[in-house]
Amino acid sequence: MSNPTPEGLLARSLAQGPDAAGRFGPFGGRYVPETLHRALAELESAYDDATRDPVFQAELDALLHSFVGRPSPIYFARRLTGLAGGAQIWFKREDLNHTGAHKINNTIGQALLTLRMGKTRVIAETGAGQHGVATATACAHFGLPCVVYMGEEDVRRQAPNVFSMNLLGAEVRPVTSGSRTLRDAINEAMRDWMASVDHTHYILGSVVGPHPFPRIVRDFQSVIGREARAQSLEQFGRLPDLVVACVGGGSNAAGMFHAFINDPTVRLVGVEAGGRGSAPGDHAAPLSFGVEGVLHGSYSYVMQDADGQTCDVHSISAGLDYPGVGPEHAYWKSTGRVEYTHCGDRPALDAFDRTARGEGILPALESSHAIAKALELAASRGPRDIVLVCLSGRGDKDASEIARLRAARDGAR
Amino acid sequence: MTRIDQLFSTLRESGRKALMPFITAGDPDAAFTGDLLATLAEHGCDLIEVGIPYSDPIADGPVIQASYTRALDRGIRLDDIFEAVGRVAPRIPVPLVAMCSYAIVHRVGPERFIERAKSAGFSGAIVPDLMADEAGPLAAAGRERDFDLIQLVTPTTPRDRALRIAEVSRGFLYYVSVTGITGERSSLPPELADNVRWMRERTGLPICVGFGIATEDHVRTLAPVADGLIVGSALVRRIADASVRPRTEVLDEVGRFVDRLRAALDERPSEPRQCH
Repeated sequence: MSNPTPEGLLARSLAQGPDAAGRFGPFGGRYVPETLHRALAELESAYDDATRDPVFQAELDALLHSFVGRPSPIYFARRLTGLAGGAQIWFKREDLNHTGAHKINNTIGQALLTLRMGKTRVIAETGAGQHGVATATACAHFGLPCVVYMGEEDVRRQAPNVFSMNLLGAEVRPVTSGSRTLRDAINEAMRDWMASVDHTHYILGSVVGPHPFPRIVRDFQSVIGREARAQSLEQFGRLPDLVVACVGGGSNAAGMFHAFINDPTVRLVGVEAGGRGSAPGDHAAPLSFGVEGVLHGSYSYVMQDADGQTCDVHSISAGLDYPGVGPEHAYWKSTGRVEYTHCGDRPALDAFDRTARGEGILPALESSHAIAKALELAASRGPRDIVLVCLSGRGDKDASEIARLRAARDGAR
Repeated sequence: MTRIDQLFSTLRESGRKALMPFITAGDPDAAFTGDLLATLAEHGCDLIEVGIPYSDPIADGPVIQASYTRALDRGIRLDDIFEAVGRVAPRIPVPLVAMCSYAIVHRVGPERFIERAKSAGFSGAIVPDLMADEAGPLAAAGRERDFDLIQLVTPTTPRDRALRIAEVSRGFLYYVSVTGITGERSSLPPELADNVRWMRERTGLPICVGFGIATEDHVRTLAPVADGLIVGSALVRRIADASVRPRTEVLDEVGRFVDRLRAALDERPSEPRQCH
């Protein structure tokens, strides 16, 4: 499989936005304190240089191959296909990456940028812990000190990842403010960066935040879609009919969809966390139920009250438990190119079980939302149709939380 | 000329410097905020910044974050804040400035926000997460309504950019003393006074310094080079237990603290002091 040239990557990125002000249509921008302006401008310029530097691209590609294990395969989920009784269901196996999720595609890239900018310390936020582990891993690889902010609630429900981060030499700082989840971890990482910006790079883990983060993270994650598109052409002789990915902040979905955006025959579906229901506070689905607004430095969709205060959200999946979403998704929603829907806690748990027992794969609870929606969509299509799901991560980290949820459910009976 | 312009023009004529406290609206409730505004004005404050509580403040340290949380946990709404401020503002003889996240301004709508703030008695606003580059529409809406949008420069702002920001700021220029979030500091950067002086020689706009200022010594050090000093966390900390203490006791303590700062600000040092 051939990789695009660096020039090609940049050209594609610019062709699809953002513009010079960091806007995807009206969405995006840079709503942060002046203190961060210089660092964001430096990051933008360092990234622009890197995309034009074949040495940078070669180093990234080599690490993605030998350290991350790329390309990740696509896999035919035969028994799930039988269960759905319609279209073929295929997985893009990001769960097979080193550290078990797509997150490492971005952290390796941003760690290389950190070195390029001469910064000597890294901070990150994490929800499910996958981005924290991937950042800790990249930092261990390059010998960079690393601090990961993680909401106290997520420290509890994703304990295995906390141990891993510690083993990798990162310091995990539990965040006790607000809802003690991903949103508060981002706040705390931003506050650290406000004071440490001279020597620290913030490796943001999703396609959210101020410009240029949504673009940088999307570009580093777009390897998912580039591979999947080439693999489809190679193995099916054509493109898939439907591509499905879960959307929290939206990085695996952005990376998966990006390569297919200009393929009008490919239907793209993003799946948000529907939680317990559609009432405010019961879900984490801003594209489905939210409003246009500002959170964490960009203008996008957000769960917000009439005063502009961010609302608490809920999902069983720590990685989707976030009130905002990347601005490019808001743009894709506004143009109608991508359909956004949602999947509740219960169908996601069912999809987890079916994938575990039916395929021998423990999917991350995040990815289980996409699988649930894929099962539903596949059922109404013919057997020649191909549904490609981004299996964004593996679910080992969720085993104890699922056991706890099960015990609670059985106890309630 | 806006009310803030008039204030600094009067102060410059008399060679005085502005004492500018920051308080959080609705901490612990709207009624107390009204009493606090009156106390601050009585004790010689020249301009009061009123923080509008926000759920996700990125530029604020633990003390102000906690004050926002206290206010929001008690269910305070923007309407309550504007109403409470509007009730006391006619009796407060100093300009009021709202400190408010752009998340809130955007949600309300920039023009509507300015109109509501203005009718509550605010003379201007500081929107700490709206950099000059993104501030055009809000600044324009403010200019049409004689409502000052105050811009910030920080230690990380390159000097040429700082000069451009000073050109678009209205009322005064907020000079952030440290690279970091709000909160009391035991010492301020040694180069701060020189940097403020550099800026002040190049703009006619009053320059007010904030973030970290907590002691009379800080005030004495910066008074010679700035037009005004902003004190936030050191004050908000003294109000933090107002829900469980007699309110008059809290107001008395605030009054004494402000008196000390006022006295330090009005001292005439014989020679420039070093930061420490």
